Amino acid sequence: MSVGLTRALRWTRANLFNTPLNGTLTVVIAFLLLRFLSPMIDWAVLRASLSARDDRACAAVGGACWAFIRDWFRFLIFGRYPYAQQWRPAIVLVIFVALLLASFSRRLPARRLAPAWLGGLGAVALLMRGGVLGMPYVETGLWNGLPLTLILAAGGLGASFPLALLLALGRRSSLPALRVICTCYIEAARGIPFIAWLFLMLVLLPLFLPPGLVIAKLWRAEIAFALFIAAYLAEVVRGGLQAIPRGQYEAADALGLGYAQKTLRVILPQALALTIPAQVNTFIGAFKDTALISIIGLFDVLQDTNTALNDPAWRMAYVEGYLFTGVIYFAFCYSMSLYSRGLERHLGQGRR
Amino acid sequence: MGSGVQDRPMIELRHVYKWFGAQAVLSDVSLAVARGGRVVVCGPSGAGKSTMIRCINRLEDHQQGEIFVDGMELTADVKQIEAIRREVGMVFQQFNLFPHLTVLENLTLAPIRVRRMSRREAEDLAMLHLERVRIPEQAGKYPAQLSGGQQQRVAIARALCMKPQVMLFDEPTSALDPEMIKEVLDVMLELAQSGMTMICVTHEMGFAREMADMLVFMDRGEVIETAPPDLFFTAPRNERTRLFLGQILRR
Ligand SMILES: Nc1ncnc2c1ncn2[C@@H]1O[C@H](COP(=O)(O)OP(=O)(O)OP(=O)(O)O)[C@@H](O)[C@H]1O
Ligand SMILES: [Mg+2]
Repeated sequence: MSVGLTRALRWTRANLFNTPLNGTLTVVIAFLLLRFLSPMIDWAVLRASLSARDDRACAAVGGACWAFIRDWFRFLIFGRYPYAQQWRPAIVLVIFVALLLASFSRRLPARRLAPAWLGGLGAVALLMRGGVLGMPYVETGLWNGLPLTLILAAGGLGASFPLALLLALGRRSSLPALRVICTCYIEAARGIPFIAWLFLMLVLLPLFLPPGLVIAKLWRAEIAFALFIAAYLAEVVRGGLQAIPRGQYEAADALGLGYAQKTLRVILPQALALTIPAQVNTFIGAFKDTALISIIGLFDVLQDTNTALNDPAWRMAYVEGYLFTGVIYFAFCYSMSLYSRGLERHLGQGRR
Repeated sequence: MGSGVQDRPMIELRHVYKWFGAQAVLSDVSLAVARGGRVVVCGPSGAGKSTMIRCINRLEDHQQGEIFVDGMELTADVKQIEAIRREVGMVFQQFNLFPHLTVLENLTLAPIRVRRMSRREAEDLAMLHLERVRIPEQAGKYPAQLSGGQQQRVAIARALCMKPQVMLFDEPTSALDPEMIKEVLDVMLELAQSGMTMICVTHEMGFAREMADMLVFMDRGEVIETAPPDLFFTAPRNERTRLFLGQILRR
C-alpha cells in the first residue's frame, strides 16, 4: 500500500514536476481539465435523462437528453427499413463488423481479403433486398441509415481501388492516348464538387446503359461515388509510383520480367506501402462524404438523425442526436486510422 | 549443336552508335565476346562504359549498328528483348534488390514468374546459389538488414537464378566499403572459373588481371584498345591507355 503510494509519488515527481516549466504546465492543464471537463461530465452523465418523455422534461433537469436516443434508437440506425424485418440490416451490421475485424486483425491472409469482402457484400445485398428464402422484398429506397452508409462506403471504396490503380498506371503510361484519357478523367473528377458530380452521374449514367435497363438510384450513387474517389486515390498512388527509384524498374527489366509482372510484383507493392497514410486520408474523407448523398434523397445515417429530430417531442435534442451520429462516424474513421498504423508497422518491418 | 553455333560470339557489337541529344556517347563501338569469354571494361568517368553494357540488355537503346546476343539480334521487338534479357544477368553498382521482398523471394521471383519454375524448384535453386555466394543463412532476411557486401552477393545470386548465359557487371564494388570488396570479387572470380561468359566494368585492376582474358579500354565513347591482360598492362599500344593506367595504378 505505502509502497504503491511512494511509487506513484515518485512517478508524479519524475514525470509531471521534474522541471519548473513542467510543474507549471501540469498545474495549468489540470485546472483547464477540471474547468471544462467537469461541466461536460455534469451534462453528459450526472444530470442526463434516460427516461424523460420529451425534450422539455430533459430541459427541466438541465442535462443531456439520452432518452431521445433510446426512443429513436432503431430509427437512427435502420431508418425506414420495415420494422419487423430490421433483423436483416442488423445481421448486415454484424457482417460488416466481422469483415472489418477480420481484416484489421490480419486473421485473413491478404489474398483472401478481396474475395471475403466480395462475398460479404453479396450476402449484404441479398439480405437487404430479400425476395428469396422467405424474406419479403425490400426496395433500395428503404435501405436507410448505418447499413446504407456502410454499403456506400465499402462498395465505393472497394471499387475505387482497382480503378485508381489503373488510372495511376495509365497516367504514367508510355502510350500518349492512354495518358491523355487518364489525365483528363482525373482532372475532371477532381475539378468538380462532389455534389455536382453526383447529380451529373445520376443523369449521365443511364445514357450509357442499354435502353430498358434501369438501375436503382442507390447503385447509380455508388458508381458515382467510386468514380469520384478513384480520381483522388489515383493521384495518391501516382505519388507513390513516382517515389520508386529507377533502379527498381531496371532490375526488374534486367531479370526479364514483363510489364505486368514488374508492375504487380515489384513496383506497385512498394508504391502502395509508401502511400498508406495518404490512402487512408482519402478513405476517411470519402467515408464522411457519403453523408452528402442525402441530397439526392438517399437516407444515410446522418439523414436518419435529421428526420428523427422532426419529431415535435424531441426538437431540442439535436446536440444529443448529432453527438450520437458523430460517435458512429468517428468509430469507423478511427478504426481505419488504427488499421493503417498497424499495416504500416507490419510492412515496415526491417524493410528500409 | 553444330560447330557453327559454337563458333559464333556470345555477344557481338558491330559499329554501334548512341547519342544523348547531340552528344555521341558511343561511337563506332565494336566488340566480340566468345562463349566463356571474360572481359573487363575500363576507362575514365563518362567514357560510355555503363552505356555500352546497358545496351547489351536494352536498358538503353542504340541508334545505329547491330548488337547480337547468342545469335539473336536486339531490335525494338519486345518479345525478342525479353528473350534476350532472360539469358543476360546484370549486377548493378547500387545492388537494386527489391526491398519489400526477402532475400529468398528476391531470388525466386523471376524464376517463378519468367522461367515458370515451380516454387519448390525455384527455392532449391535459390538456396544453391545462396550457398555459392556463401550466405545461405540470410535467406529469410530483408535486403535492408544486410551489409553492402552481402546485398551485392545476393544480387549476383539473383541474376544467377535465371540461369543466364552471360553476366554483366557495372562497377559492382564501387558502392562498397573497402573491407567488403574482396568478398564480392572472390565470388566473381569463382564464377569466372566456372566458365560463365562475363563482361565487367571495374577499376579493380588486380582483379582484372586475375579474372579477364580480355581488357577493353574506352574513352569518350570509343573503344581505344582491346588486349589480353599481360599485353594490356605491360605494353599498352595507345597513349591514352598508358596515361589512364599510369593514373589508376599509382592510386
Ligand atoms: N540519361 C542520360 N541522358 C543524357 N546523358 C547521359 C545519360 N546517361 C549518360 N549520359 C552521358 O553519357 C556519357 C557516358 O555515360 P556513362 O554512364 O556510360 O559513362 P561511364 O563510362 O559509365 O562513367 P562512370 O565511370 O562515371 O560510370 C556521359 O557523358 C554521361 O553524361
Ligand atoms: Mg558507369
